[in-house]
This record gives sequence, structure tokens and C-alpha cells, in this order.
Amino acid sequence: MASAEPAADGAAAQGEYIVHHLTNLKVGDGFFSLHIDSMFFSIALGLLFIGVMSYVAKRATSDVPGGLQNFVEMIYEFVDGSVKEAFPYVNKVVAPLAMTIFCWIFLMNAMDLVPVDLLPWLASFVGINYLKVVPSTDVNITFGFSLGVMVLVVYYSIKIKGGGGYLKEWLGHPFGYKLFPANLLLNLVEFIAKPVSLALRLFGNMYAGELIFILIALLPWFLQWLLGGPWAIFHILIITLQAFIFMMLTVVYLAMAHEHDEH
Amino acid sequence: MNIGLTLIGQMITFAVLVWFTMKFVWPPLTVAMQERQKKIADGLAAAERASHDLEAAKADAEVALKEARTEAADIVAAATKRGDEIIAQKKGDAEVEGQRVLTQAQAQIEQEQASAREKLRGELAGLATLGASKILNREINADTHASLLDDLAADLGKA
Repeated sequence: MASAEPAADGAAAQGEYIVHHLTNLKVGDGFFSLHIDSMFFSIALGLLFIGVMSYVAKRATSDVPGGLQNFVEMIYEFVDGSVKEAFPYVNKVVAPLAMTIFCWIFLMNAMDLVPVDLLPWLASFVGINYLKVVPSTDVNITFGFSLGVMVLVVYYSIKIKGGGGYLKEWLGHPFGYKLFPANLLLNLVEFIAKPVSLALRLFGNMYAGELIFILIALLPWFLQWLLGGPWAIFHILIITLQAFIFMMLTVVYLAMAHEHDEH
Repeated sequence: MNIGLTLIGQMITFAVLVWFTMKFVWPPLTVAMQERQKKIADGLAAAERASHDLEAAKADAEVALKEARTEAADIVAAATKRGDEIIAQKKGDAEVEGQRVLTQAQAQIEQEQASAREKLRGELAGLATLGASKILNREINADTHASLLDDLAADLGKA
């Protein structure tokens, strides 16, 4: 077992402990590697989300909603309200997309609250030696989300403005057509910045949070709760906020894709 | 096994988190959910009540309409009856009046007939006396022959 005795074995062992916890379970090498743990947990949480939603949807009543339906309706109203505020166009995809992003990312982030050693420890009994349980600390997962959003942004930009209209926006914005190389450059930077910032913001926040949990785990076991407790409580806020930010930015980017700029 | 102890430390941390959630996160959420439930229940009850009220109002309107209809029919019937009565009364009055006028006219006619007859009778008596005096070429004593002349005049009146 690669776990360390933090107090006794010194810095090297602590480093090893940290690295061990930040290593994905993967197959393949380099670009063609697949992070099985991230995939497994993100898909499992996605299925959990789908399962709960369909369970509630199938048993939905127009009468006074019971516990779970009431809870889901509260989330629904919250997401629907946020989307209506930020997205003043007609599009059937945006609200369900926002709901999915919010709930799914929230669930992934929530894995951060599970004790860092619990699932890897359980997994070690079935011979799995590396396990990262928080999918949103995997840059592959967060980029998967943000690139998916960007595909939708491009799709709706072309659908709403037409290929020509979208091209005009790239060339004629913000300085007018005479300065089209500058426009192209600025738009390119903006275009790339969107998915990168979207993905790295979520990844950075969750990775840092996870790292601090790991560092707290290096403390003597009877002191951990002193720091771990407040950090976990603070993390309730962070995981919700990050899921919300990701959702809102997605909605805003899609609203920008629907925007007709008259020049 | 140090990982055991680390894990125990993490489990304590987790317990702190669960305690905090139970103590400070869950109750407001539960309250919000209960409020939402109550709001929906109240809304549904209000809608139910409103639909009941509407039903009752409809029934009331139906009853009022029926009453009004009956009343209107009664009024029309009474008016018709009264009209018939007036007509009948007027008819009776007119008949009586007609009869009266007729009787009066007949009486007048009879009276005039009688007076004409009386007048004629008188004139005839005069004429007869005149005629007879001319035939006899002498004066007849009107006094002595008065009864004779009256008889004649009466006969003529019968003719």
C-alpha cells in the first residue's frame, strides 16, 4: 500500500501520499489514456441524476407535491428562474441543459465531501490501487463539459445568425470590417477563453479543495476535524456555487450566441 | 496501519460535516420545502373553493332566473285575465247601453206615432165634419153629432 505515515516517515512519504491521491486510475498512455475512475464516477452520478429525475417525473402529481418531488421542483424553479433572467430567447434546450449541468456538476463536486481515503480504501480491497473520486478535479471532465457547451454555442450561433452572419460577427466585431484581422484575433482569444476559463475555474476550485482535504488528512488523526470540519462546511458553499457558476455562464454564452448585433 | 487512523480522522471530520448539515443546513431547507408545500396546498384549496363558489353562484342564478320566469308568466297571465275582464265588462256595458238606446228610441217612435195618430185623428174629425157639412150643405151641429164623429174618428184611427 502506498499510503504514508505522515508524522513518522517525513516529507517524502507525505509527498507520496499526496501524489497517490492525485493520481487517476487509468488505462493507456499520454493522450490516449482513459481515466477510468473519473469516467466511472461521472457516469454513475449522471445515472443517479437521470434515475432520480425520471423516478420523480413518472410519479409527478399535480396535487401537493410530496418530499422528493417537492425538492426537485424547488431546484427546477431555481434553475428555471435563473435561465429566464439570463436567457430572454426561445430555446427548448437551454433550461434542461442548465438543469443537467447544475445537478450533475453539483453531484460530482459533492463527492469532495466524502472522506478522501474512504472510497480508495474500500477499492483497495478489490485490487484497485489508485482512485480519484471527484470527477470535477479531473481536467478532462471539466473540459468535456465546457467544450460541449462551446459546440452548442457554435451550433446556435450558426443556426440563429446563419453561417454568413456568424462569420460577419467574427470579422466585423468590435472594430468594423476595415480592421478585420484585429477583430479575428480578438474574437479568437475570446472564443478560446470561454471554454478554457469555464473548465479551469471548476477544475481549479475543486482540485484546490481536494488538495486541502488531502493536506488535512496528513495531520494527526485526532486533530483533523478541527480543520477538516470547517473546510467541509465551507465546501458545501463552494460546490454549490461552482455548479451554479458553470450553469449560469453556460446560459450566458448561449444567450450571446442568440444575440443579434445590428451594425 | 496508519491509513486506518487517517481514515478514522476523516470519518470524524465527516461526522462533523454531517452534524453541521443536520443542525444548520437541513432545517431551513425543510422549512422552505414545507412552506412551498403549504403554499401549493393553499393555492389548490383556494382554486377548489373558487370552483365551488362558482358552482353555487351558478345554481343561485339558475334559481333566480326560474323565479323571475315564473313571476313574469304570472304577471302576463294576470294582465291577460284583467284585460279579458275589462273587455267582457265593456262588452256588457255596451250591450246594456245599446239596449237602453234602442228602448228609448222605440219608446220615442211609439210616442211620436201615437201623437201623430192623435193629431191625424183630430184632423180627420175636422175634415170629416167639414166633408159632411159640405155634403149635407148645411151646418151640422157639432155638439149633437160629436159622439158620432168621435166614433168615426176612432174607426179611422183603427184603419
